[in-house]
Parts: sequence; C-alpha cells; structure tokens
Amino acid sequence: MDINTKYTPKTWPDHAEQVTLEGKNKFVGIWIFICSDIVLFASVFATYLALKDSGPSGMDITAKELFGLELAFVMTMLLLTSSLTSVYAMYHMKNFNSKGVLIWMGITVLLGLGFLGLEIYEFYEYTVHEGFGFTHSAFSSAFYLLVGTHGLHVIIGLIWITGLIIRNAKRGLNLYNAPKFFAASIYWHFIDVVWVFIFTVVYLMGVLG
Amino acid sequence: MMKGLKKWRLFSLLAVMTVFLSACGEEYISTLRPAGAVGKEQFNLLLFSITIMALVVVVVSVLYIYAFFKFRRSRQGEDYMPKQVEGSHTLEVIWTVIPIVLLLILAVPTLISTYKLGDVAAMEHVDEDGNKTALTVDVTAKLYWWEFAYPDLGIVTAQELVVPTGEKVYFNLKAADVKHSFWIPSVGGKMDTNVENINKFYLVFDEESEGLKDGVFYGKCAELCGPSHALMDFKVKTLAPEAFDAWVASMQATEGQIASKDSTDLGEATFAASCLGCHAVSSVTGMPAGAAMGPNLTTFGDRSHIAGFLEFNKENLVSWIKDPEEYKPGNLMTGAYKVGNNNPDELSDEEISALADYIMSLSVEK
Amino acid sequence: MSSVAIGNKKGFGATLWDYLTTVDHKKLGNMYFFAGLLFFAIAGFEALLMRIQLMVPNNDFVSAGLFNELLTMHGTTMLFLAATPLLFGFMNWIVPLQIGARDVAFPFLNSLGFWLFFLGAVFLHLSFFMGGAPDAGWTSYASLSLYSPGHGIDFYVLGLQISGAGTLISGINFVVTIITMRAPGMTFMRMPLFTWTTLIVGALITFAFPPLTVALFFMLVDRMFGANFFDHTMGGNTIIYEHLFWIFGHPEVYILILPAFGLFSEIIPVFARKRLFGYSSMVFATILIGFLGFMVWAHHMFATGLGPTANAIFAVATMAIAVPTGMKVFNWILTIWGGSIKVTVPMIYALGFIPSFVAGGVTGVMQAVAPLDYQLHDSYFIVAHFHYVIVGGVVLGIFGATHFYWPIMTNRVLNEKLGFLTFWTFFIGFHLTFFIQHFLGLMGMPRRVFTYQGDQGWDLFNFISSIGALLMGLGVIFLVVNMLLSIKSKPLNTSDYWGDGRSLEWALKTPVPFYNFKQTPLIRGYDPYWIEKHEGNKEGMTYAEPVGDIHMPNGSILPLIMSIGMFIAAFGSLYHPDGVSWSVPVIILGIGITVACMIIRSFKDDLGFTVTKEEIIATEESLYGKGGNK
Repeated sequence: MDINTKYTPKTWPDHAEQVTLEGKNKFVGIWIFICSDIVLFASVFATYLALKDSGPSGMDITAKELFGLELAFVMTMLLLTSSLTSVYAMYHMKNFNSKGVLIWMGITVLLGLGFLGLEIYEFYEYTVHEGFGFTHSAFSSAFYLLVGTHGLHVIIGLIWITGLIIRNAKRGLNLYNAPKFFAASIYWHFIDVVWVFIFTVVYLMGVLG
Repeated sequence: MMKGLKKWRLFSLLAVMTVFLSACGEEYISTLRPAGAVGKEQFNLLLFSITIMALVVVVVSVLYIYAFFKFRRSRQGEDYMPKQVEGSHTLEVIWTVIPIVLLLILAVPTLISTYKLGDVAAMEHVDEDGNKTALTVDVTAKLYWWEFAYPDLGIVTAQELVVPTGEKVYFNLKAADVKHSFWIPSVGGKMDTNVENINKFYLVFDEESEGLKDGVFYGKCAELCGPSHALMDFKVKTLAPEAFDAWVASMQATEGQIASKDSTDLGEATFAASCLGCHAVSSVTGMPAGAAMGPNLTTFGDRSHIAGFLEFNKENLVSWIKDPEEYKPGNLMTGAYKVGNNNPDELSDEEISALADYIMSLSVEK
Repeated sequence: MSSVAIGNKKGFGATLWDYLTTVDHKKLGNMYFFAGLLFFAIAGFEALLMRIQLMVPNNDFVSAGLFNELLTMHGTTMLFLAATPLLFGFMNWIVPLQIGARDVAFPFLNSLGFWLFFLGAVFLHLSFFMGGAPDAGWTSYASLSLYSPGHGIDFYVLGLQISGAGTLISGINFVVTIITMRAPGMTFMRMPLFTWTTLIVGALITFAFPPLTVALFFMLVDRMFGANFFDHTMGGNTIIYEHLFWIFGHPEVYILILPAFGLFSEIIPVFARKRLFGYSSMVFATILIGFLGFMVWAHHMFATGLGPTANAIFAVATMAIAVPTGMKVFNWILTIWGGSIKVTVPMIYALGFIPSFVAGGVTGVMQAVAPLDYQLHDSYFIVAHFHYVIVGGVVLGIFGATHFYWPIMTNRVLNEKLGFLTFWTFFIGFHLTFFIQHFLGLMGMPRRVFTYQGDQGWDLFNFISSIGALLMGLGVIFLVVNMLLSIKSKPLNTSDYWGDGRSLEWALKTPVPFYNFKQTPLIRGYDPYWIEKHEGNKEGMTYAEPVGDIHMPNGSILPLIMSIGMFIAAFGSLYHPDGVSWSVPVIILGIGITVACMIIRSFKDDLGFTVTKEEIIATEESLYGKGGNK
C-alpha cells in the first residue's frame, strides 16, 4: 500500500475506506467487534433490569425517585448531535476534504467531552448528594456498571478520535488513514445507539416506574 | 410374525438392561434401585432413553463397522480410486427425519414428566379447618450440614430427615450461606438450594428404610460448596405413617427441654456451658427455618452417623468434638470452643467424654 | 523479520527476539500449540493427582482444599488454556494456508491475542505459588466464589479476563481473515470444512465471550471493589452469574468441538481417498450447531429451579442439537463408505473418534431429558458424558491432527509405530476411565468430591477408573516422546506428505516459506489441490498471478508489552481488597503501559515491508535448492 500516492478529489475513490485489503479488513473487523460489543452490552442491560431497585432490605432509593429526565435529555442531545457531526466528517472524507474531516471530527470530540462531563457530574451528584454510591446496593452497582461501561466506551472513542486528528492533522487524507477515520466513526455511532438504549431503559423506564 | 419377533427382541433387550442396571449399586444410594415414585419415573425415563439411544448406537455401529471392514485399502487394492461422490439428498433427508422422529418420541414423556414433577400446587391445599393437607419440610443447607424443619408441625431436626412413606412430601429448599444441592439418589432427583430464593419440589418415599444397611437412605450434597462438600451427607429415615405420627408426637413433646448448667451430670452441664449457644436439644425451638447456628441435637441418639458420615460410636464423637477440622475441613464449628486440659475455659478430656455420653443419650425413639 | 535471515542459522537471542516480536501466523501457531501442550500436561497431571486420590475410599493423598484447587484448575486449564490454544495453533497454521492467504487479517492483533492468552494463563498459574489456587470449580458459581477466602478466585477472575480478551481478539481475527482474505475462486462453498468450522467458531467466540467477560467483571468488582451483584443480602442475585456463565459456557463447548469436527472432516477424506460426503449439509450442520448452541444454555441449570416451563423449552431445544450432530456422523461414515480406507495414525484417531463421540452424544441427549437430568446432574454421569465429548471428540481430534499436520508444521514426521502405541494406550485408558463413571453417577456418586466413604458400591469402579487415567497419562508421554524424537529425524522437504491431500495446504512444499504461496493460487473448485493433481498439473496449483513483489506485515514487540501492562494491572487489582496503598497506582501503571503502546502503535505508521521477486527466488532456492518450490 503506497501511503505517498497523492490524490485529488477527482482521483479519490468512492469508498476510500475499503479500497485496500487493510481497509476492508478494518471495515469488516470493526463490525464484527461491534457485534461482540452488542452482546456485552446486552448482558449488562439484562443484569441491570434484573437488579433494578433491588438492594438490602429497607433500601429506600428507587429508580423512580432517583432519575430525572432533564440532564439525561441534554446528554442524549449532545451525543446524538456528535453522531451527526461524525457523519459530516465522513461526508467530507468522501469528497476528499481533509480539513472538513478534521473540523467535524473535532466538533464530535467536543460534544463527546460535553457528554462525558455531564455524566461525571451526574455520578458525582448521585454518589455525594444522594448517598447512592457504587457499593450502596445491587441496584447501584448495576447502574454504575451499565452507564459506566458506556462511559468507558466514550472515553476510548474520544482518545481514539483525538489521536487520529492529531496524527493526521498535517498530512491530509490517504488510503492508509481513511479506513481509520471510517472505523472510528462507525464505533462512535455504535456508542450513540447504545446510549439511546440506556436513555430508554434506565432513565425513561426508570422515571415511568 | 416378523413384527412380533421384533417386539420380543425389544422387550428382551429392555429386560436384560433392567437386570443389568438394577444389579448396580447399593439399595440405599443407587438411582438404579429407586425407592419412590419420583425416582421410579426417572428410572423409567432412563430406561426409555437408553433404549432409543441404544438403537441409535447400534445402527451407527453396524454401518460404521461394515464400512470399515468392507472398504479397507488392503481389500480395495493400493491403486483403487474410489468414486468421488458428492452426497445424497435422499440419505440426508432420511438421517434428518429419523432422528427428529426419535427425539419427538423422547420429548413427549420428557415434557409430561417435567410438568408433573414440577407441580407443587398441592403444597398450598388446605382442609376445612385451614390445615395444610400435605406434609412440607423446609430444608436449609448450611456449611456442611442440613436442617429439616416441619413448619406445620412446629418441629425441627437436623442431619437425619424423617418422613412418612406413601405420600407426596413437599420440600422448600434454601441455602443459608453458599449454594448446595439436595439429593437423595435412591428416592428421586436433586434440586439446588439457592441463597436468594426458595425452590420447591416433592418426593415420594415408598419403602421403609428399616431394612436397609444402616436403616436409612443416603442423601448427598450435589453442588460444590467448599472443602467438605464431599462430606456433606445426610440420611433419610422413612417410617410408616403411624410410626411417623408417633415420631412427630414425641418430637413435639420435647418442647421446653433444655440442658442445665447446674445439672449434676457433667456432660449436660458442659453442654449447657459450651454448646447450647449453637445446638438446641429441643425439637420445638420457635425459631424461623434456617436460623439455627448448629444442627439441632434433639434426636442425636437416634442417628445412624456422626456429622453425617462417620460411624456412630462414642469414639468417633469424642474425636469429632476434639477436632472437627480434622474431619470436615472448613466447617464453622471449629474454633467455637477450646479444647485442652490446662485452662478452665477449655474442654478437658473428661468433659468431652461426658459430653459425648450426654449427646448420645439425646433421643426421642428410645 | 528480514528475508535475508531466512536459511541462515540464527543465534539463540535472535531466535528468541524473533518469536517475541513475530506476527507470522505460522510461528504464532507454533507458540499456541506448544503453550497449549504445556498447559495440557499441567492439567493432565492435576487430573492424575485427583484420580490417585479417588483410587481408594477415604484416601488422604491430597487434602480436601487442595483437591478443590486441583479440580478447578484442571477444568479451567483444560478448557481455556489447553484445548483452546491447541486448536488455535491449528487454526493459525492451517486456515491461512487453506484459503491461500499470506497471513491473517490483523497480524498485530494475532500476536496480541497470543500474548494476552499466555500471560493470562501464567497469571492464573501463579496462584499456586501465591497463596492458593482458585477452588470453586471451573464454573466458579457466585455464592461459593464470593465466600471463598484468599486470592484464589481473584487469580481465576483476572487470569481468565486477560486470556479471554486474547481469545476474543483471535476469534474476531479469524472471522475477518476468512471473510476478506480468501484466494481468488475460493468461494464460501469451496472452503474446506476446517476453515468453515473456524469461521463459525470465530463467530461463536465473538458472541459467547462477552457474557463471560461481563460475568467475570461482576465477580471482579464484587470481590475486589465492593460491588453487590451477587451478594444477596445487598439485593444481588447469584442466578444471574449462572445464566451469564452458561450463555458463554455452552457455546464454549462448541467452540472446542466444532474445530475438532473440522479436523476430522479433513483427515477422513484424505485416508478414505474420497470426497467428503454431503459437503453442503456438513456446512449447514456446522452453522446450525453454532446457532442452536446459544439456545440451550439453561440445560446446565435444570436443577437450579427455573420452573417446569423453562426446563421443558430448554430440554426440547437441547434435543434438537442432536439432529445436525447426527447428520455429521452419518456423513463421515458415508465418506468412508465405498472409499479406500488406509489406517494411518491420524485415521485411527478419526476412526476411534466416531464411536466415542457417538457415545458421548447419546448420553448428552439423555441429559436433555430434564426430569432424568435431576438424577444425572452433578453426578459422575455428567463427568463421564463431558469427558466422552471433550476427550473423545476434542482431544482425539487434536492428537489426530497433530500427526496429520506435523509434516506441514515441522517438516518432520511422527513415528508411526509409536503413534499407534500412543493411540491404543490413550484410547483404552480413556474408555476405561470414563465409561465406568457413567455407572458411578447412576449409583449415586456426586461429582467434585475429594473422597468417598467405602462400601457405597463405588470402590471397584473408582479403582478401575483411576487405572484408566494412568494409562491415558502414559499415552500422552508416548506422544511427547514421539514429538521429541521427530526433531532429530530427517527433514521431509516434500509436499503432499500423505499422498492423497485434497485441500490447498498440501500443495505447499515444506518447510513453508514465511510468505506461504509465492504466487496466490487460483481456486477452481472444492478440494482444489485434488483437482489440480488429478488433471495432471505438475506445478502443484494454477496461480492467479505471476511471481511478483509480496507485501508482508512487520513484526512488533508492542503486543508483548501491552500484555505485560495488563499483567501488571491485574496484580494491582488482585491486592486491592487487602487495602495496600500501592494497588491503585499499580493498576494505573499497568493500564498506562498498555494505552501508551496503543498510542505508539497508532502514531507510528506500520506499512509492512515488501519482498521483491529476487528475494523470493533466493528464498525458494535456499529452502528447496535450485528450481524452488515446484
């Protein structure tokens, strides 16, 4: 694979992320990995549902009282928007617009950071002000592990995308880094979809009882 | 004629297998010699499934052995080039459909039995006076012993389950510490005792245990539960209904029985000082099921084994009291008291000997 | 790796460095194989200790606590650290050759997968020297493993977490490799059965390992960080652990047995000199077994008390698996039917496998009968059953394939006489050990007991079983001796050692050069090499490209360092519940090392290197003399 081949928007292939064998491998690989991650989240979701509201006898914290929708809604919006901005980045990649890719990926990272900040704030509130720490009950363990696993995925995604931006800030698009951007963006969409499920299962169903 | 012959073959195969299987194992522990309706049903399923499976094995073996001997290269010639067959649609259909049919035949009794053995609705049935019609036993499994409480009769015992013959006995199964599994092989299948929920099932005891080797059926813990899992045995005494009622009455009569610290009997006094905190000597404790720290010793003298598995004699009891860790590693009795001849707070040899005499004298049957 | 070094004798240090940094699928295959063999020997030794303890009633050869450690480590090691890597060894070696690829899709990840597996396994085994091994069974059910004192269970949880991550990475790698890297003309329905089973197994790993990861992670935070997933006094629930474990655990059985099926499907046609009967139905059966494998986990929990409806559903679903498995058995028999059977060592393993596995299969169906399973569950019957399947299926498969593929893997051949001796010793020992255990179970003997009282009718059968186990041990020793002897034997320098090779790997001349085929072959049908041979192609294969430059991946030390990072972090985590001050810093240090490696990896472009046409010709000549691989 020749990293030095210079492309113009005209010569840039339609599916730059899958032109090389390495790119195709990355594309298939990230999808298989996501299949695997879906099962991981499914297991954690199932556990959360089984342990929801369950704690030592006399526990007075329930999901209905604890969770509010306002913050979760803002977080959802941030993450959904970040998914959209990563789509813009991929759109620019198709058009061989390296700057567009970097800018929109950068915005994605900023939105993701905003989400992460709110999540940390939420955990802090629950732990310190509500007395609902990780070791409080089976319910709290399941809640933090479910939302925290997602949060960990967000952190990994942010490091990954930031790394890609820094590494490729100067050299523009080529067939070597295009698949990398593409894989990161698929991963980021996946994180977004998982959050939609968390919003529904944890917050919406929690508030509704 | 042919059909009759085939049937005869099947039956003789079945008969041979029954004889072969039932020759295996001891009456008081083998699943092959079932002594209750549940165990018999499971044994019949065993025979039925073995028959079907034997059929499969025979067909496969015949084809396999024939193919192996017929098509050896030594017979085919070194240069023989076999026809490169791709497959056969008809054959594929045959060996898909026939196993499906066999499995459907097997599935029917499976489903019937699963629901039948899982039906515990009768546990809640009451007669006109509001009394439960069926006998229920609350089983609590602990490291490494078993408590058997009879909630409707107000009595509790340990290590030796006593049940009447000829009726369905229902069990509430629970573990107090880690997961165990309640199994009386010769009477019926096992069920786990979980820590967070109560499992319910029933067994039927058809034979009185009187004539067995130790006068009891053997029960086992079937789920790994720690170092002494292998030693977490219990015994089952089955009595005719009248004898069972008499046993219940004498158990209920132990209400209020207690060991006194002021007793002139050294054994009783020692027991009261060192053992009573965990071990009750009355069958009517009023405690909820599973609350007792140690096995209830009201019927100790009637038991066939010490600690569930040691031969019943004073020597073993003394050794057991001196060092339970030696016999059941990881048990919770170790360290609850001190043994030695130096300090007053230690159990001396003399005290232990008296203690053993006292415990062995606890009985409702003698 | 530099192509110049090929053919020259390298010093020990250089060889070691080569193996530590290699991303070559063949070298990693060797590493998987020999690491697996090492752990197989350890776990086998543990089994022998247990059988010696159970030889006579009331034995005190090992203590109760040690026995529980042995049974836990035996099961855990055999499944995760012996059978899996041994099969991975073959997958790594053979699958890229069978599909005509230069390497796997992600060579770097392949190396990472191995090192994670290996260091996880080492971590687990350190428990023996650091306060006691895990003792709650390979299933490590939650209530007992939370109760278990010491660090044994912590070693189990962390060690399996690390090696499980390695397995997952390798599984994904195989799936991608088989999807994207097949040679021209190698359609899915022309892939050899072993490649097919590897693909399905990769998919099973992809879907089955996450629940294990989750279950182990719950256990990890419960034991080490105060969480309450399984503590029922805090609202936790241990049945969740059982579910998660078996949602993984049942597919795991197929993760092991399907590659063995694949290996036998390679061996039998070669020595029957006949095309695999019903290829497409074999493929279909493989997929169906993999799919159904996820639908039946609760049959391990019939006695847990899930209620009659759950038990009934899972009973019927379990029986359904017998149908595709039966299809496979009949297809194997029909493959030898009308063939020309040559009884070689690999073939005798295959011939021994068929009846053994059928016996294990039918007892499996018996246990699917839920009410009957109430009796059989957790008794010696189940011990007999799964050893019939695992030893009679997986181990015979591995041993058979070892003899079968030894010429490709080492350019040597294993001694045939010693091979037959190994087979018969092991095979007789195996049946002696386990056949009789069915009856022990039916006679009321629970499994996982460290001793038993005499006169319960079990004494004689236990004695016989132990004798059988010793024979099996002897068989394994013969095999190892055979391997050692073969190192001294003459190199083969040949292709198609068995004479009737059918799939692509037999077209290669051994020793296999690091780039595999110098030209990517063109696949013209199922059994491509057989087709070419019987059309009189002297070249070996028809090629899809002229001899040209080959692009190969670079080696890297990073996978090893990343794995060491996880290894270090695991120690921090292990001692966290002891309240030592250094535990969190060590965790951060370990994970930091791993993350740093990942950053280095992504900031340093890895474009691989190119082997020029001249270098290829030079390599071929140094390996096979003038003319190269013809």
